[in-house]
Amino acid sequence: MKTEKKSLNVPVNKQGLKKKRSFSRKAIYTLLILLTIISIVPFYMMIINATRENQAILGGFSFLPGSALIENYRTMMDYVNIWNGFKNSLIVSVSVTVLSGYFSALTAFGFAVYEFKGKNLLFIFMLLMMMVPGQLGLIGFYELNNAIGTLDTYIPLIVPAIASPFVVFFLRQYLSTTLHPSLLEAARMDGAGELKIFHTVALPIMMPAVATMSIFTFIGSWNNYIVPLVVLFSPEKYTLPVLMGFLKGSQVATNLGSMYLGIAISVVPIMIAFLFFSKYIISSISAGSIKG
Amino acid sequence: MKKLNHKGYYFIAPFFAIFLVFNIYPVLLTFYYTFTRYEGYGKPEFIGLENYTRILTDGYFLEAFINTWKIWGLNFALQLGIALFLAALFSDLRYRIKGIGFFRAVFYLPNLITISSVAILFNIMLDWQHGSINMFLMKIGLISDPINWLNEPATAQISVALILTWMWFGYTFIVLMAGVSGIPGELYEAALIDGANRWQTFVHITLPLLKPIMLYVMITSLIGGLQLFDLPMLITDGLGAPEGSLNTMVLYLYNQAFRYNNYGYAATIAYALFLITVIFSVVTFRSMYRTNAKKEG
Repeated sequence: MKTEKKSLNVPVNKQGLKKKRSFSRKAIYTLLILLTIISIVPFYMMIINATRENQAILGGFSFLPGSALIENYRTMMDYVNIWNGFKNSLIVSVSVTVLSGYFSALTAFGFAVYEFKGKNLLFIFMLLMMMVPGQLGLIGFYELNNAIGTLDTYIPLIVPAIASPFVVFFLRQYLSTTLHPSLLEAARMDGAGELKIFHTVALPIMMPAVATMSIFTFIGSWNNYIVPLVVLFSPEKYTLPVLMGFLKGSQVATNLGSMYLGIAISVVPIMIAFLFFSKYIISSISAGSIKG
Repeated sequence: MKKLNHKGYYFIAPFFAIFLVFNIYPVLLTFYYTFTRYEGYGKPEFIGLENYTRILTDGYFLEAFINTWKIWGLNFALQLGIALFLAALFSDLRYRIKGIGFFRAVFYLPNLITISSVAILFNIMLDWQHGSINMFLMKIGLISDPINWLNEPATAQISVALILTWMWFGYTFIVLMAGVSGIPGELYEAALIDGANRWQTFVHITLPLLKPIMLYVMITSLIGGLQLFDLPMLITDGLGAPEGSLNTMVLYLYNQAFRYNNYGYAATIAYALFLITVIFSVVTFRSMYRTNAKKEG
Protein backbone atom coordinates (compact mmCIF):
# COMPACT_ATOMS: atom_id res chain seq x y z
CA MET A 1 0.00 0.00 0.00
CA LYS A 2 2.80 2.38 0.82
CA THR A 3 4.15 2.56 -2.69
CA GLU A 4 0.71 3.51 -3.91
CA LYS A 5 0.39 6.34 -1.47
CA LYS A 6 3.77 7.74 -2.38
CA SER A 7 2.98 7.82 -6.03
CA LEU A 8 0.14 10.27 -5.74
CA ASN A 9 2.23 13.25 -6.70
CA VAL A 10 2.32 12.04 -10.26
CA PRO A 11 1.38 14.94 -12.52
CA VAL A 12 -1.99 14.22 -14.07
CA ASN A 13 -4.66 16.22 -15.68
CA LYS A 14 -6.12 17.31 -12.37
CA GLN A 15 -8.89 19.56 -13.52
CA GLY A 16 -10.57 16.93 -15.55
CA LEU A 17 -10.35 14.31 -12.83
CA LYS A 18 -11.31 16.22 -9.76
CA LYS A 19 -14.98 16.70 -10.30
CA LYS A 20 -15.56 13.25 -11.54
CA ARG A 21 -13.57 11.76 -8.68
CA SER A 22 -15.38 13.51 -5.86
CA PHE A 23 -18.67 12.25 -7.21
CA SER A 24 -17.63 8.67 -7.73
CA ARG A 25 -15.78 8.54 -4.42
CA LYS A 26 -19.05 9.23 -2.71
CA ALA A 27 -20.62 6.39 -4.66
CA ILE A 28 -17.77 4.11 -3.73
CA TYR A 29 -17.99 4.87 -0.03
CA THR A 30 -21.74 4.32 -0.18
CA LEU A 31 -21.12 0.96 -1.76
CA LEU A 32 -18.49 0.01 0.82
CA ILE A 33 -20.76 1.04 3.66
CA LEU A 34 -23.55 -0.99 2.11
CA LEU A 35 -21.29 -4.05 2.01
CA THR A 36 -20.27 -3.37 5.61
CA ILE A 37 -23.93 -3.31 6.61
CA ILE A 38 -24.59 -6.55 4.74
CA SER A 39 -21.65 -8.15 6.55
CA ILE A 40 -22.76 -7.04 9.98
CA VAL A 41 -26.55 -6.84 9.91
CA PRO A 42 -27.26 -10.57 10.32
CA PHE A 43 -25.22 -10.50 13.53
CA TYR A 44 -26.93 -7.34 14.67
CA MET A 45 -30.36 -8.86 14.03
CA MET A 46 -29.27 -11.97 15.89
CA ILE A 47 -28.32 -9.97 18.97
CA ILE A 48 -31.47 -7.81 18.81
CA ASN A 49 -33.75 -10.78 18.38
CA ALA A 50 -32.03 -12.60 21.23
CA THR A 51 -33.50 -9.97 23.53
CA ARG A 52 -37.02 -10.02 22.09
CA GLU A 53 -40.02 -12.13 22.94
CA ASN A 54 -41.10 -14.84 20.57
CA GLN A 55 -44.41 -13.07 19.90
CA ALA A 56 -42.65 -9.82 19.10
CA ILE A 57 -40.30 -11.53 16.66
CA LEU A 58 -43.20 -13.27 14.95
CA GLY A 59 -45.10 -9.99 14.86
CA GLY A 60 -42.59 -7.91 12.99
CA PHE A 61 -39.20 -6.57 12.24
CA SER A 62 -37.35 -4.25 14.59
CA PHE A 63 -33.92 -2.69 14.91
CA LEU A 64 -34.46 -2.05 18.62
CA PRO A 65 -33.79 -4.55 21.41
CA GLY A 66 -36.54 -6.00 23.59
CA SER A 67 -36.53 -6.96 27.24
CA ALA A 68 -36.91 -10.73 27.15
CA LEU A 69 -33.21 -11.62 27.30
CA ILE A 70 -33.35 -13.38 30.67
CA GLU A 71 -36.57 -15.19 29.82
CA ASN A 72 -35.09 -16.40 26.53
CA TYR A 73 -32.01 -17.57 28.38
CA ARG A 74 -34.07 -19.61 30.84
CA THR A 75 -36.14 -21.21 28.09
CA MET A 76 -32.99 -22.20 26.21
CA MET A 77 -31.19 -23.54 29.28
CA ASP A 78 -34.23 -25.67 30.18
CA TYR A 79 -33.59 -27.78 27.08
CA VAL A 80 -29.99 -27.34 26.11
CA ASN A 81 -27.05 -26.39 28.28
CA ILE A 82 -25.11 -24.35 25.78
CA TRP A 83 -22.23 -23.66 28.18
CA ASN A 84 -21.59 -27.36 28.31
CA GLY A 85 -21.17 -27.38 24.54
CA PHE A 86 -18.90 -24.40 24.95
CA LYS A 87 -16.79 -26.23 27.48
CA ASN A 88 -16.60 -29.32 25.25
CA SER A 89 -15.57 -27.26 22.24
CA LEU A 90 -12.95 -25.52 24.33
CA ILE A 91 -11.50 -28.81 25.64
CA VAL A 92 -11.30 -30.25 22.13
CA SER A 93 -10.00 -27.15 20.38
CA VAL A 94 -7.37 -26.32 22.99
CA SER A 95 -6.11 -29.92 23.04
CA VAL A 96 -6.01 -30.01 19.25
CA THR A 97 -4.14 -26.71 19.08
CA VAL A 98 -1.55 -27.73 21.68
CA LEU A 99 -0.95 -31.20 20.21
CA SER A 100 -0.82 -29.95 16.66
CA GLY A 101 1.57 -27.14 17.59
CA TYR A 102 3.93 -29.25 19.65
CA PHE A 103 4.13 -32.35 17.47
CA SER A 104 4.27 -30.39 14.23
CA ALA A 105 7.22 -28.45 15.62
CA LEU A 106 8.84 -31.73 16.65
CA THR A 107 8.32 -33.24 13.21
CA ALA A 108 9.45 -30.10 11.41
CA PHE A 109 12.59 -30.10 13.54
CA GLY A 110 13.28 -33.72 12.63
CA PHE A 111 12.92 -32.95 8.93
CA ALA A 112 14.91 -29.71 9.02
CA VAL A 113 17.89 -30.71 11.15
CA TYR A 114 18.70 -34.35 10.49
CA GLU A 115 19.70 -36.33 7.44
CA PHE A 116 18.31 -39.80 7.35
CA LYS A 117 17.34 -42.40 4.80
CA GLY A 118 13.99 -41.91 3.14
CA LYS A 119 13.66 -38.38 4.49
CA ASN A 120 12.71 -36.74 1.22
CA LEU A 121 10.42 -39.58 0.27
CA LEU A 122 8.54 -39.29 3.56
CA PHE A 123 8.29 -35.55 3.19
CA ILE A 124 6.91 -35.76 -0.34
CA PHE A 125 4.49 -38.46 0.74
CA MET A 126 3.26 -36.17 3.50
CA LEU A 127 2.77 -33.33 1.03
CA LEU A 128 0.81 -35.57 -1.32
CA MET A 129 -1.47 -36.68 1.48
CA MET A 130 -2.04 -33.03 2.29
CA MET A 131 -3.99 -32.75 -0.97
CA VAL A 132 -6.42 -35.49 0.04
CA PRO A 133 -9.70 -34.02 1.28
CA GLY A 134 -10.87 -34.96 4.76
CA GLN A 135 -14.03 -36.69 3.61
CA LEU A 136 -12.16 -39.32 1.62
CA GLY A 137 -11.36 -41.45 4.64
CA LEU A 138 -14.45 -40.58 6.69
CA ILE A 139 -16.11 -44.00 6.44
CA GLY A 140 -12.89 -45.81 7.25
CA PHE A 141 -12.21 -43.37 10.08
CA TYR A 142 -15.60 -44.09 11.59
CA GLU A 143 -15.09 -47.85 11.26
CA LEU A 144 -11.59 -47.64 12.75
CA ASN A 145 -12.92 -45.86 15.82
CA ASN A 146 -15.78 -48.30 16.01
CA ALA A 147 -13.26 -51.16 16.00
CA ILE A 148 -10.98 -49.72 18.69
CA GLY A 149 -13.91 -48.53 20.81
CA THR A 150 -13.26 -44.80 20.66
CA LEU A 151 -16.62 -43.72 19.26
CA ASP A 152 -18.43 -41.20 21.45
CA THR A 153 -15.13 -40.06 22.98
CA TYR A 154 -12.91 -37.09 22.17
CA ILE A 155 -10.01 -39.30 21.05
CA PRO A 156 -10.96 -39.26 17.33
CA LEU A 157 -11.33 -35.49 17.54
CA ILE A 158 -8.08 -34.77 19.39
CA VAL A 159 -5.43 -37.40 18.74
CA PRO A 160 -5.28 -37.13 14.92
CA ALA A 161 -4.11 -33.51 15.42
CA ILE A 162 -0.67 -34.93 16.21
CA ALA A 163 -0.35 -35.46 12.47
CA SER A 164 -1.07 -32.09 10.81
CA PRO A 165 0.83 -32.14 7.50
CA PHE A 166 0.15 -28.54 6.60
CA VAL A 167 1.48 -27.22 9.90
CA VAL A 168 4.60 -29.39 9.58
CA PHE A 169 5.16 -28.10 6.08
CA PHE A 170 4.79 -24.50 7.18
CA LEU A 171 7.07 -24.90 10.21
CA ARG A 172 9.74 -26.69 8.24
CA GLN A 173 9.86 -23.86 5.72
CA TYR A 174 10.09 -21.46 8.62
CA LEU A 175 12.88 -23.37 10.33
CA SER A 176 14.96 -23.64 7.20
CA THR A 177 15.31 -19.86 7.13
CA THR A 178 15.51 -19.09 10.84
CA LEU A 179 17.47 -21.89 12.50
CA HIS A 180 21.23 -21.65 12.04
CA PRO A 181 23.25 -24.84 12.43
CA SER A 182 25.72 -22.93 14.58
CA LEU A 183 23.07 -22.55 17.27
CA LEU A 184 22.66 -26.30 17.39
CA GLU A 185 26.42 -26.88 17.45
CA ALA A 186 26.80 -24.48 20.36
CA ALA A 187 24.12 -26.29 22.32
CA ARG A 188 25.70 -29.65 21.54
CA MET A 189 29.07 -28.40 22.75
CA ASP A 190 27.37 -27.55 26.03
CA GLY A 191 26.39 -31.18 26.24
CA ALA A 192 22.65 -30.78 25.68
CA GLY A 193 20.73 -33.80 24.42
CA GLU A 194 18.88 -33.58 21.10
CA LEU A 195 15.44 -33.38 22.69
CA LYS A 196 16.67 -30.70 25.04
CA ILE A 197 18.06 -28.76 22.10
CA PHE A 198 14.64 -28.95 20.51
CA HIS A 199 12.95 -27.62 23.63
CA THR A 200 15.44 -24.91 24.53
CA VAL A 201 16.72 -23.77 21.14
CA ALA A 202 14.41 -24.69 18.28
CA LEU A 203 10.98 -24.41 19.88
CA PRO A 204 11.44 -20.81 21.07
CA ILE A 205 12.62 -19.85 17.58
CA MET A 206 9.55 -21.47 16.05
CA MET A 207 7.06 -19.91 18.45
CA PRO A 208 5.90 -17.02 16.20
CA ALA A 209 5.16 -19.47 13.38
CA VAL A 210 3.52 -21.91 15.79
CA ALA A 211 1.32 -19.10 17.09
CA THR A 212 0.23 -18.13 13.58
CA MET A 213 -0.68 -21.71 12.74
CA SER A 214 -2.37 -22.14 16.11
CA ILE A 215 -4.94 -19.47 15.34
CA PHE A 216 -6.03 -21.34 12.23
CA THR A 217 -5.86 -24.74 13.89
CA PHE A 218 -8.03 -23.46 16.72
CA ILE A 219 -10.61 -21.87 14.42
CA GLY A 220 -10.69 -24.96 12.22
CA SER A 221 -11.23 -27.25 15.18
CA TRP A 222 -13.78 -24.94 16.78
CA ASN A 223 -15.81 -24.84 13.57
CA ASN A 224 -15.44 -28.51 12.68
CA TYR A 225 -18.85 -30.04 12.19
CA ILE A 226 -18.86 -33.29 10.24
CA VAL A 227 -16.36 -35.30 12.32
CA PRO A 228 -17.90 -34.64 15.75
CA LEU A 229 -21.33 -35.15 14.17
CA VAL A 230 -20.27 -38.60 13.04
CA VAL A 231 -18.35 -39.79 16.10
CA LEU A 232 -20.28 -38.29 19.03
CA PHE A 233 -23.65 -39.67 20.13
CA SER A 234 -24.27 -38.35 23.66
CA PRO A 235 -25.72 -34.82 23.73
CA GLU A 236 -23.71 -33.98 26.86
CA LYS A 237 -20.53 -34.58 24.85
CA TYR A 238 -21.54 -32.51 21.82
CA THR A 239 -19.25 -29.74 20.71
CA LEU A 240 -20.82 -26.39 19.97
CA PRO A 241 -21.47 -26.83 16.20
CA VAL A 242 -23.15 -30.21 16.77
CA LEU A 243 -25.07 -28.80 19.71
CA MET A 244 -26.35 -26.02 17.46
CA GLY A 245 -27.82 -28.64 15.14
CA PHE A 246 -29.29 -30.39 18.16
CA LEU A 247 -30.78 -27.08 19.33
CA LYS A 248 -32.46 -26.63 15.99
CA GLY A 249 -34.11 -30.04 16.25
CA SER A 250 -35.20 -29.52 19.87
CA GLN A 251 -38.26 -27.78 21.28
CA VAL A 252 -36.28 -24.59 21.70
CA ALA A 253 -36.71 -24.10 17.96
CA THR A 254 -40.31 -22.98 18.52
CA ASN A 255 -39.08 -20.07 20.61
CA LEU A 256 -37.20 -17.88 18.16
CA GLY A 257 -35.87 -15.53 20.82
CA SER A 258 -34.16 -18.43 22.57
CA MET A 259 -32.85 -19.76 19.26
CA TYR A 260 -31.30 -16.41 18.42
CA LEU A 261 -29.81 -16.25 21.88
CA GLY A 262 -28.28 -19.70 21.49
CA ILE A 263 -26.75 -18.72 18.16
CA ALA A 264 -25.51 -15.45 19.65
CA ILE A 265 -23.79 -17.25 22.52
CA SER A 266 -22.02 -19.52 20.04
CA VAL A 267 -20.92 -16.61 17.88
CA VAL A 268 -20.13 -13.64 20.12
CA PRO A 269 -16.97 -15.03 21.79
CA ILE A 270 -15.40 -15.63 18.38
CA MET A 271 -16.34 -12.11 17.34
CA ILE A 272 -14.72 -10.68 20.47
CA ALA A 273 -11.58 -12.74 19.90
CA PHE A 274 -11.50 -11.45 16.34
CA LEU A 275 -11.51 -7.86 17.61
CA PHE A 276 -8.16 -8.56 19.24
CA PHE A 277 -6.63 -10.80 16.60
CA SER A 278 -8.04 -9.41 13.35
CA LYS A 279 -4.84 -7.74 12.18
CA TYR A 280 -2.84 -10.84 12.91
CA ILE A 281 -5.32 -13.17 11.23
CA ILE A 282 -5.68 -11.05 8.12
CA SER A 283 -1.96 -10.56 7.62
CA SER A 284 -1.52 -14.32 8.01
CA ILE A 285 -4.08 -14.99 5.29
CA SER A 286 -2.34 -12.52 3.00
CA ALA A 287 1.07 -14.05 3.66
CA GLY A 288 -0.19 -17.62 3.25
CA SER A 289 -1.81 -16.94 -0.09
CA ILE A 290 1.29 -15.36 -1.58
CA LYS A 291 3.41 -18.34 -0.66
CA GLY A 292 0.72 -20.75 -1.84
CA MET B 1 24.86 -31.62 8.65
CA LYS B 2 25.23 -34.05 5.79
CA LYS B 3 26.07 -36.95 8.09
CA LEU B 4 23.28 -39.48 8.40
CA ASN B 5 21.75 -39.19 11.81
CA HIS B 6 19.14 -41.67 12.88
CA LYS B 7 17.91 -39.43 15.66
CA GLY B 8 15.74 -37.75 13.06
CA TYR B 9 13.47 -40.78 13.07
CA TYR B 10 12.62 -40.24 16.74
CA PHE B 11 11.40 -36.76 16.00
CA ILE B 12 9.15 -37.69 13.13
CA ALA B 13 7.97 -41.01 14.59
CA PRO B 14 4.94 -39.72 16.55
CA PHE B 15 3.68 -37.87 13.50
CA PHE B 16 3.93 -40.85 11.20
CA ALA B 17 2.52 -43.29 13.75
CA ILE B 18 -0.62 -41.20 14.15
CA PHE B 19 -0.70 -40.34 10.46
CA LEU B 20 -0.62 -44.01 9.55
CA VAL B 21 -3.36 -45.00 11.99
CA PHE B 22 -5.80 -42.09 11.69
CA ASN B 23 -5.14 -40.95 8.15
CA ILE B 24 -3.65 -43.51 5.80
CA TYR B 25 -5.41 -46.54 7.23
CA PRO B 26 -8.92 -44.98 7.05
CA VAL B 27 -8.28 -43.89 3.46
CA LEU B 28 -7.19 -47.39 2.48
CA LEU B 29 -10.00 -49.03 4.45
CA THR B 30 -12.49 -46.77 2.69
CA PHE B 31 -11.00 -47.84 -0.63
CA TYR B 32 -11.50 -51.48 0.32
CA TYR B 33 -15.13 -50.77 1.22
CA THR B 34 -15.78 -49.48 -2.30
CA PHE B 35 -15.64 -53.12 -3.45
CA THR B 36 -18.01 -54.38 -0.78
CA ARG B 37 -21.53 -54.30 0.49
CA TYR B 38 -21.28 -53.37 4.13
CA GLU B 39 -24.04 -52.29 6.47
CA GLY B 40 -21.97 -51.55 9.52
CA TYR B 41 -22.23 -54.95 11.18
CA GLY B 42 -20.92 -58.39 10.34
CA LYS B 43 -18.33 -58.73 7.62
CA PRO B 44 -18.16 -56.61 4.48
CA GLU B 45 -19.32 -58.71 1.54
CA PHE B 46 -17.10 -58.52 -1.53
CA ILE B 47 -19.14 -57.50 -4.59
CA GLY B 48 -16.46 -56.46 -7.07
CA LEU B 49 -17.26 -53.39 -9.10
CA GLU B 50 -20.99 -53.27 -8.36
CA ASN B 51 -20.74 -49.98 -6.42
CA TYR B 52 -18.86 -48.45 -9.33
CA THR B 53 -21.44 -49.44 -11.92
CA ARG B 54 -24.13 -48.21 -9.55
CA ILE B 55 -22.62 -44.75 -9.12
CA LEU B 56 -22.29 -44.30 -12.88
CA THR B 57 -26.02 -44.83 -13.33
CA ASP B 58 -27.20 -43.24 -10.08
CA GLY B 59 -29.56 -40.36 -10.86
CA TYR B 60 -29.35 -39.06 -7.29
CA PHE B 61 -25.59 -38.83 -7.43
CA LEU B 62 -25.77 -37.01 -10.76
CA GLU B 63 -28.32 -34.67 -9.23
CA ALA B 64 -26.11 -34.08 -6.19
CA PHE B 65 -23.18 -33.44 -8.53
CA ILE B 66 -25.16 -30.87 -10.53
CA ASN B 67 -26.56 -29.20 -7.40
CA THR B 68 -23.12 -28.89 -5.88
CA TRP B 69 -21.78 -27.31 -9.07
CA LYS B 70 -24.69 -24.93 -9.45
CA ILE B 71 -24.39 -23.69 -5.89
CA TRP B 72 -20.60 -23.44 -6.02
CA GLY B 73 -20.58 -21.83 -9.46
CA LEU B 74 -23.06 -19.09 -8.61
CA ASN B 75 -21.36 -18.44 -5.30
CA PHE B 76 -17.88 -18.32 -6.82
CA ALA B 77 -18.86 -16.04 -9.69
CA LEU B 78 -20.43 -13.57 -7.26
CA GLN B 79 -17.69 -13.81 -4.68
CA LEU B 80 -14.89 -13.36 -7.21
CA GLY B 81 -16.78 -10.56 -8.95
CA ILE B 82 -17.25 -8.60 -5.74
CA ALA B 83 -13.70 -9.27 -4.56
CA LEU B 84 -12.17 -8.25 -7.90
CA PHE B 85 -14.27 -5.12 -8.01
CA LEU B 86 -13.18 -4.20 -4.49
CA ALA B 87 -9.56 -4.99 -5.28
CA ALA B 88 -9.78 -2.76 -8.37
CA LEU B 89 -11.22 0.07 -6.27
CA PHE B 90 -8.64 -0.19 -3.54
CA SER B 91 -5.75 -0.44 -5.97
CA ASP B 92 -6.85 2.59 -7.97
CA LEU B 93 -4.48 5.50 -7.41
CA ARG B 94 -7.11 8.05 -8.32
CA TYR B 95 -9.52 7.07 -5.59
CA ARG B 96 -7.25 6.86 -2.56
CA ILE B 97 -9.82 4.90 -0.58
CA LYS B 98 -9.16 5.02 3.14
CA GLY B 99 -9.83 2.47 5.82
CA ILE B 100 -8.75 -0.68 4.04
CA GLY B 101 -7.86 -2.26 7.38
CA PHE B 102 -11.35 -1.68 8.70
CA PHE B 103 -13.11 -2.93 5.57
CA ARG B 104 -10.93 -6.02 5.31
CA ALA B 105 -11.75 -6.96 8.90
CA VAL B 106 -15.48 -6.34 8.55
CA PHE B 107 -15.80 -8.17 5.24
CA TYR B 108 -13.88 -11.10 6.65
CA LEU B 109 -15.97 -11.39 9.81
CA PRO B 110 -18.69 -13.70 8.38
CA ASN B 111 -16.02 -16.18 7.36
CA LEU B 112 -14.85 -16.66 10.91
CA ILE B 113 -18.18 -17.60 12.40
CA THR B 114 -18.98 -21.27 12.95
CA ILE B 115 -20.75 -22.37 9.79
CA SER B 116 -23.35 -24.34 11.71
CA SER B 117 -24.35 -21.18 13.58
CA VAL B 118 -24.49 -19.34 10.27
CA ALA B 119 -26.70 -22.07 8.81
CA ILE B 120 -29.18 -21.95 11.67
CA LEU B 121 -29.14 -18.17 11.78
CA PHE B 122 -30.05 -17.93 8.10
CA ASN B 123 -32.48 -20.78 8.39
CA ILE B 124 -34.64 -18.76 10.76
CA MET B 125 -33.95 -15.45 9.06
CA LEU B 126 -35.07 -16.88 5.71
CA ASP B 127 -38.29 -18.24 7.19
CA TRP B 128 -41.21 -17.63 4.87
CA GLN B 129 -43.64 -15.95 7.27
CA HIS B 130 -41.59 -14.82 10.24
CA GLY B 131 -38.08 -14.49 8.85
CA SER B 132 -36.31 -11.16 9.30
CA ILE B 133 -35.25 -11.09 5.65
CA ASN B 134 -38.76 -11.23 4.19
CA MET B 135 -40.01 -8.83 6.83
CA PHE B 136 -37.25 -6.38 6.00
CA LEU B 137 -37.71 -6.64 2.24
CA MET B 138 -41.45 -6.07 2.67
CA LYS B 139 -40.92 -3.14 5.02
CA ILE B 140 -38.74 -1.30 2.53
CA GLY B 141 -41.20 -2.20 -0.21
CA LEU B 142 -38.87 -4.28 -2.34
CA ILE B 143 -41.31 -7.19 -2.38
CA SER B 144 -45.04 -7.21 -1.67
CA ASP B 145 -45.45 -10.89 -0.79
CA PRO B 146 -43.09 -13.00 1.28
CA ILE B 147 -40.78 -15.21 -0.77
CA ASN B 148 -40.65 -18.83 0.29
CA TRP B 149 -36.86 -18.94 -0.02
CA LEU B 150 -36.15 -22.40 1.25
CA ASN B 151 -39.16 -24.15 -0.24
CA GLU B 152 -38.54 -23.68 -3.95
CA PRO B 153 -35.59 -25.49 -5.54
CA ALA B 154 -34.31 -22.45 -7.40
CA THR B 155 -34.55 -19.96 -4.52
CA ALA B 156 -33.19 -22.55 -2.08
CA GLN B 157 -30.07 -23.01 -4.20
CA ILE B 158 -29.72 -19.27 -4.70
CA SER B 159 -30.11 -18.72 -0.95
CA VAL B 160 -27.33 -21.16 -0.12
CA ALA B 161 -25.11 -19.69 -2.83
CA LEU B 162 -25.71 -16.19 -1.46
CA ILE B 163 -24.93 -17.29 2.09
CA LEU B 164 -21.66 -18.75 0.81
CA THR B 165 -20.90 -15.55 -1.06
CA TRP B 166 -21.61 -13.59 2.10
CA MET B 167 -19.23 -15.84 4.00
CA TRP B 168 -16.39 -15.84 1.47
CA PHE B 169 -16.17 -12.58 -0.48
CA GLY B 170 -14.16 -10.94 2.33
CA TYR B 171 -11.63 -13.75 2.41
CA THR B 172 -11.23 -13.67 -1.37
CA PHE B 173 -10.87 -9.89 -1.23
CA ILE B 174 -8.07 -10.16 1.35
CA VAL B 175 -6.25 -12.71 -0.75
CA LEU B 176 -6.63 -10.68 -3.94
CA MET B 177 -5.46 -7.53 -2.14
CA ALA B 178 -2.37 -9.43 -1.04
CA GLY B 179 -1.77 -10.09 -4.73
CA VAL B 180 -2.44 -6.48 -5.66
CA SER B 181 0.05 -5.21 -3.10
CA GLY B 182 2.66 -7.37 -4.83
CA ILE B 183 2.14 -5.51 -8.12
CA PRO B 184 4.82 -2.82 -8.49
CA GLY B 185 3.35 0.65 -7.97
CA GLU B 186 5.37 1.95 -10.93
CA LEU B 187 3.15 0.01 -13.28
CA TYR B 188 0.11 1.94 -12.09
CA GLU B 189 2.01 5.20 -12.22
CA ALA B 190 3.07 4.49 -15.77
CA ALA B 191 -0.50 3.67 -16.72
CA LEU B 192 -1.67 6.90 -15.10
CA ILE B 193 0.87 8.95 -17.03
CA ASP B 194 0.03 7.19 -20.26
CA GLY B 195 -3.56 8.21 -19.70
CA ALA B 196 -4.98 4.72 -19.34
CA ASN B 197 -8.50 4.76 -17.96
CA ARG B 198 -9.64 2.65 -15.02
CA TRP B 199 -10.93 -0.18 -17.11
CA GLN B 200 -7.75 -0.39 -19.19
CA THR B 201 -5.59 -0.31 -16.06
CA PHE B 202 -7.67 -3.07 -14.53
CA VAL B 203 -7.74 -5.30 -17.62
CA HIS B 204 -4.12 -4.83 -18.68
CA ILE B 205 -2.32 -4.58 -15.34
CA THR B 206 -4.32 -5.80 -12.38
CA LEU B 207 -6.08 -8.76 -13.95
CA PRO B 208 -3.12 -10.45 -15.70
CA LEU B 209 -0.84 -10.02 -12.69
CA LEU B 210 -3.48 -11.41 -10.35
CA LYS B 211 -3.83 -14.58 -12.38
CA PRO B 212 -1.67 -16.83 -10.20
CA ILE B 213 -3.44 -15.72 -7.07
CA MET B 214 -6.85 -16.10 -8.71
CA LEU B 215 -5.85 -19.62 -9.58
CA TYR B 216 -5.04 -20.24 -5.92
CA VAL B 217 -8.40 -18.80 -4.86
CA MET B 218 -10.27 -20.79 -7.46
CA ILE B 219 -8.70 -24.15 -6.65
CA THR B 220 -9.05 -23.78 -2.88
CA SER B 221 -12.62 -22.58 -3.30
CA LEU B 222 -13.38 -25.45 -5.66
CA ILE B 223 -11.99 -28.05 -3.28
CA GLY B 224 -13.98 -26.55 -0.40
CA GLY B 225 -17.08 -26.01 -2.51
CA LEU B 226 -17.25 -29.58 -3.76
CA GLN B 227 -17.29 -30.65 -0.11
CA LEU B 228 -20.27 -28.45 0.72
CA PHE B 229 -22.05 -30.10 3.62
CA ASP B 230 -22.71 -28.04 6.75
CA LEU B 231 -25.11 -25.51 5.24
CA PRO B 232 -27.45 -27.91 3.39
CA MET B 233 -27.27 -30.44 6.22
CA LEU B 234 -28.38 -27.95 8.85
CA ILE B 235 -30.80 -26.00 6.69
CA THR B 236 -32.68 -29.07 5.49
CA ASP B 237 -32.16 -31.35 8.52
CA GLY B 238 -30.16 -33.62 6.27
CA LEU B 239 -32.94 -34.14 3.76
CA GLY B 240 -31.56 -32.00 0.94
CA ALA B 241 -35.10 -30.71 0.30
CA PRO B 242 -36.87 -29.01 -1.50
CA GLU B 243 -37.07 -31.60 -4.27
CA GLY B 244 -33.52 -32.66 -3.59
CA SER B 245 -32.19 -29.30 -4.71
CA LEU B 246 -29.92 -28.95 -1.70
CA ASN B 247 -28.69 -32.52 -1.87
CA THR B 248 -24.94 -32.05 -2.31
CA MET B 249 -22.38 -34.77 -2.91
CA VAL B 250 -21.09 -34.88 0.66
CA LEU B 251 -24.64 -34.71 2.08
CA TYR B 252 -25.48 -37.69 -0.14
CA LEU B 253 -22.36 -39.46 1.13
CA TYR B 254 -23.30 -38.73 4.74
CA ASN B 255 -26.85 -39.96 4.27
CA GLN B 256 -25.80 -43.13 2.48
CA ALA B 257 -23.39 -43.95 5.29
CA PHE B 258 -25.02 -42.76 8.48
CA ARG B 259 -28.72 -42.67 7.60
CA TYR B 260 -29.04 -45.77 5.39
CA ASN B 261 -25.96 -47.70 6.57
CA ASN B 262 -24.70 -48.24 3.03
CA TYR B 263 -21.04 -47.92 3.96
CA GLY B 264 -19.78 -49.58 0.80
CA TYR B 265 -21.65 -47.27 -1.50
CA ALA B 266 -20.85 -44.21 0.63
CA ALA B 267 -17.17 -45.09 0.36
CA THR B 268 -17.54 -45.19 -3.42
CA ILE B 269 -19.12 -41.73 -3.36
CA ALA B 270 -16.13 -40.50 -1.34
CA TYR B 271 -13.72 -41.78 -3.99
CA ALA B 272 -15.83 -40.41 -6.83
CA LEU B 273 -15.76 -37.03 -5.10
CA PHE B 274 -12.01 -37.24 -4.74
CA LEU B 275 -11.57 -38.13 -8.40
CA ILE B 276 -13.84 -35.27 -9.47
CA THR B 277 -11.89 -32.83 -7.28
CA VAL B 278 -8.56 -33.93 -8.72
CA ILE B 279 -9.80 -33.78 -12.31
CA PHE B 280 -11.28 -30.32 -11.97
CA SER B 281 -8.29 -28.96 -10.08
CA VAL B 282 -5.99 -30.19 -12.84
CA VAL B 283 -8.27 -28.85 -15.58
CA THR B 284 -8.50 -25.45 -13.86
CA PHE B 285 -4.78 -25.32 -13.35
CA ARG B 286 -3.98 -26.28 -16.92
CA SER B 287 -6.49 -23.97 -18.55
CA MET B 288 -5.29 -21.00 -16.51
CA TYR B 289 -1.68 -21.89 -17.24
CA ARG B 290 -2.32 -22.31 -20.94
CA THR B 291 -4.05 -18.96 -21.45
CA ASN B 292 -1.21 -17.41 -19.52
CA ALA B 293 1.43 -19.04 -21.71
CA LYS B 294 -0.39 -17.98 -24.86
CA LYS B 295 -0.45 -14.36 -23.86
CA GLU B 296 3.18 -14.31 -22.92
CA GLY B 297 4.24 -16.17 -26.05
